[in-house]
Amino acid sequence: MLSIEEVIHIERLARLKLTDKEREIYRNQLNDVLNYAAKLDEIDTSNVPPMYHVLPVTNVLREDIPRNNFSLEDALNNAPLKEEGFFVIPPILGGEE
Amino acid sequence: MEYEVNIGIEIHAELLTKSKVFCSCPVQFGAPPNTLTCPVCLGLPGALPVLNKKAVEYAILTALALNCKINRNAIFHRKNYFYPDLPKNYQISQYDTPIGVQGFLEIETSKERKRIRIRRVHLEEDTGKLIHSGGRITGSDMSFIDFNRSGVPLLEIVSEPDISSPEEAKEYLTNIRDILVFLGVCDGKMEEGSMRCEANVSIRPKGSEKLGTKTELKNINSFRAVERALQYEIDRQIDIVSKGKEVIQETRHWDEKNERTISMRSKEEAHDYRYFPEPDLVPLEIDDAWIERLRSQIPELPEEKYERYKDLGLTPYEAKLLAHDLEMSIFFDETIKLYNNPKNIANWLLVDVTKELKDRNKVITQTLITPQLMTELLTLIDEGRISGRIAKEILPEVIDKGLSPRKIIEERNLVQITDVSELASVIEQVIKENASVVEEYKKGKEKSFMFLVGQVMKLTKGKANPKLVNELLKKTLG
Amino acid sequence: MDLADLTAHELLTLISKREIAPKDVVKSCIDRIERCEPLIKAYLYIRDPEEIINSVREDMPYSAIPIAIKDNILVRGLPNTCASKILSNFIAPYNATVIEKLKEKSFNITGKTNLDEFAMGSSTENSAFGPTRNPWDLERVPGGSSGGSAASVAIGSSIWALGSDTGGSIRQPASFCGVVGLKPTYGTVSRYGLVAFASSLDQIGPITKDVTDCALLYSFINGHDPNDSTSLNVEPYRYSPLTGDIRGMKIGLIKELLVEGIDPSVERCIRDAVKTFQDLGAIVEEVSLPHISYSVPTYYILAPAEASSNLARFDGVRYGFRAGGKTAEEMMSNTRGEGFGPEVKRRIMLGTYVLSAGYYEAFYLKALKFRNLIAGDFKKAFERFDVLISPTSPILPFKLGEKVENPLEMYLSDICTIPINLAGLPAISIPCGFVNNLPVGLQIIGPVFSESRLFEVAYGFEQAMPFHKRRPQLGGNTYGV
Ligand SMILES: [Mg+2]
Ligand SMILES: [Zn+2]
Repeated sequence: MLSIEEVIHIERLARLKLTDKEREIYRNQLNDVLNYAAKLDEIDTSNVPPMYHVLPVTNVLREDIPRNNFSLEDALNNAPLKEEGFFVIPPILGGEE
Repeated sequence: MEYEVNIGIEIHAELLTKSKVFCSCPVQFGAPPNTLTCPVCLGLPGALPVLNKKAVEYAILTALALNCKINRNAIFHRKNYFYPDLPKNYQISQYDTPIGVQGFLEIETSKERKRIRIRRVHLEEDTGKLIHSGGRITGSDMSFIDFNRSGVPLLEIVSEPDISSPEEAKEYLTNIRDILVFLGVCDGKMEEGSMRCEANVSIRPKGSEKLGTKTELKNINSFRAVERALQYEIDRQIDIVSKGKEVIQETRHWDEKNERTISMRSKEEAHDYRYFPEPDLVPLEIDDAWIERLRSQIPELPEEKYERYKDLGLTPYEAKLLAHDLEMSIFFDETIKLYNNPKNIANWLLVDVTKELKDRNKVITQTLITPQLMTELLTLIDEGRISGRIAKEILPEVIDKGLSPRKIIEERNLVQITDVSELASVIEQVIKENASVVEEYKKGKEKSFMFLVGQVMKLTKGKANPKLVNELLKKTLG
Repeated sequence: MDLADLTAHELLTLISKREIAPKDVVKSCIDRIERCEPLIKAYLYIRDPEEIINSVREDMPYSAIPIAIKDNILVRGLPNTCASKILSNFIAPYNATVIEKLKEKSFNITGKTNLDEFAMGSSTENSAFGPTRNPWDLERVPGGSSGGSAASVAIGSSIWALGSDTGGSIRQPASFCGVVGLKPTYGTVSRYGLVAFASSLDQIGPITKDVTDCALLYSFINGHDPNDSTSLNVEPYRYSPLTGDIRGMKIGLIKELLVEGIDPSVERCIRDAVKTFQDLGAIVEEVSLPHISYSVPTYYILAPAEASSNLARFDGVRYGFRAGGKTAEEMMSNTRGEGFGPEVKRRIMLGTYVLSAGYYEAFYLKALKFRNLIAGDFKKAFERFDVLISPTSPILPFKLGEKVENPLEMYLSDICTIPINLAGLPAISIPCGFVNNLPVGLQIIGPVFSESRLFEVAYGFEQAMPFHKRRPQLGGNTYGV
């Protein structure tokens, strides 16, 4: 069973602020799914190679030709906060030094 | 107790491609914020990466130059971590199949020649730039983000902890920088951030097998800072250990202004990057033909140049100076094809030309002097048509205007006087006008002779052949 | 019957014969939107009717055939919410490649259709803006996640639509709404501009009233795109009239997909379909795909893992909803905590967990191995069979709210569609019967690049058993609001 500490650790890795109630719900539901996923232990797959891509394609490359057809307006239109061409966010760390 | 030091260095070098690594946005410095962006490098929903071929080739070239094995099947991974300058909140990087592995670089220290092993060379994308109002990370009330740098190709070069002194670290770093510059893949300007360096440092009692606890040093922003930051950190660690305390594993920041390293004091978070193969990119298959084609494009690197220059008769000092200066060494190599006295060329380039360039704050390719003009100048001296002094005098004009030395001396009548009768009459005049000095000389005052030579040179505006003047004057004075 | 009840190819024929005016079609769909949309809620955004009508161009026939676009495919200048609060104010600043392709033919977009938030779900109930209802029974779900697109086509508020399919999100709602849906071969339709859920599984595809329309629309959206590295540089599919001749074709009925938890009435419809195929001269045999029962756990490791990373970019920094917070980190966590709905959070948590230190091998890597085994099963089956068939969904459209409390049960109902995404194969869902006036879908699966074969098999069936001609009562003239 997943511990509440583990849930909080995952929550922090995922930058996902949860309420205590949500933590409890996800803890249970995650457990259900993970227990179900244990079905994959039924078969020994030690000799099976992992499949990263369904299609056998390699070396999809682009020539080094610069192009710029996205305007500053396009870039900033959806910004929650902007100033003089910059995206603006709250400070990186708290106020203390 | 005596301690051994272990330093490993991680370099991030921005590649000199024209476009970014996963999108076509131009790579360019100094553009207004966020004007070099697109859905891909802004991490907009729905955008997908497409790999820049040139960036891959630069990575392979560098890996080959650093004696790495090339991974024939290299894939990209996502490195997942949240930071506001990282638009997708994952960095496309490489994990267990970097482009190059198990390379090495040989460096020369004051004591020995030493091999530093290189663990890996891989390709990844740069982040955007965060600007904190107030200029510091802490205490500012807002942060500003410019994503122009987001997606610029980065080459990460990681060494094994084989470096055992700050001096070696600097040597390693400058050697890597020179190789990158000679390959033309990075401009190597640490101060401008196009080459960045982090170091991990640990100490252990001499003879001990196990590595000590390491600290990670960040914010080393210049070649000057490398040695000082490392020396400070080593002293700090020795101080801790000799007091019977223990070094804590942490990230420390080099505080350039106060010349010390400080703990980052960031919230304690174990790094868990949740690497997994990037599903939006397909694997790279690097075959022999591709590798060999790139290998053939590797130019002569500083190390080889150094050896060749020594073989040409230059001193190790001269050879090293020239071999590590890309523009100068190319100029030198072109000139020796025209003029068969390497020693002489090296001397002129490293002393007189270098001085003129320093005055102008330029590299040789930014001036108008050419190997042809240089050859002309040196030949004029050899032929005795001008003195070294005249040559030095006209050098600035050759550098600034690209004028032919031959034409300069003809137009300004600077050709050396080698006509004995012409010189004899000047000497006669000098003796006449300086009777007292001649007397002193005859009484045995050697200095007076030099004065008389000087007077002859003065009257001929430096054009007299000094050797000839010496001879004639001696003869005349008996 | 209104024009809105006809198929695109029927309408194009009428237009070319000048029997109807192009604007009449558009007006008919707008009329349908006005009457049915308040009940169905297929759309999250509808363009101004005036603009839709004015977009019709006499020289561009496709401008007369309104198309609805799932709200996770970017159309420049239109909102793109992915049915999430976190993108509630986001206006797409560029076009998806498929939209660029459609614009070349002057396709006329009606609006953006509802979905499960970020395409995560099988009922369109996980929309931050409320569920879409099934046109055949307003108490029931339209399926998902492309529930809005499927419901819109079924009701005639668009003639055809685009959806996206990661684990069945085109086929299952097509099945629940009695329409046709194609999940193309992975790599044949560009994903550029499709908001990623699970990159290695996602594909955009058509949702239409019949197989001919499906083939036609697919021909416009498929083809190589240099902006998508996983897009294949192969000869694209081009439409040519279908014959439906499937004599001698070998069809495999997937044994494992007829057992676990299947609704008996669904099974009956599939057995009937087998008979139809035999009557049409095909040879149908049962085939076993031994690893197919591992598809659901495999999928529910891989898809959330990729999703947890794909959805990391929604952080309130550059676009979308932003919550408060004293520091950047606080703001980002709050934005994501408040901006994502329960199902999305659940999958982000799950995906983050299976990728985290110490679990990668046990979950993610193992799932990739099973992916290989499952794809191998299909490869083997296609050595013997031209196509494989199964139900699209083992169950009938269920009631709203019936499964929201139990995510795992909902996940399990994707058993028939998920394996196809894992193997990167094409599959089409077509109506194959009705149970209590609720549609049942048949899934036809082919090897990679066999879309034209799938269309022939589906067309053959459709001609013999024209279930696709039925329209939900709600859309007809008899129903007024
Ligand atoms: Mg790095
Ligand atoms: Zn870009």
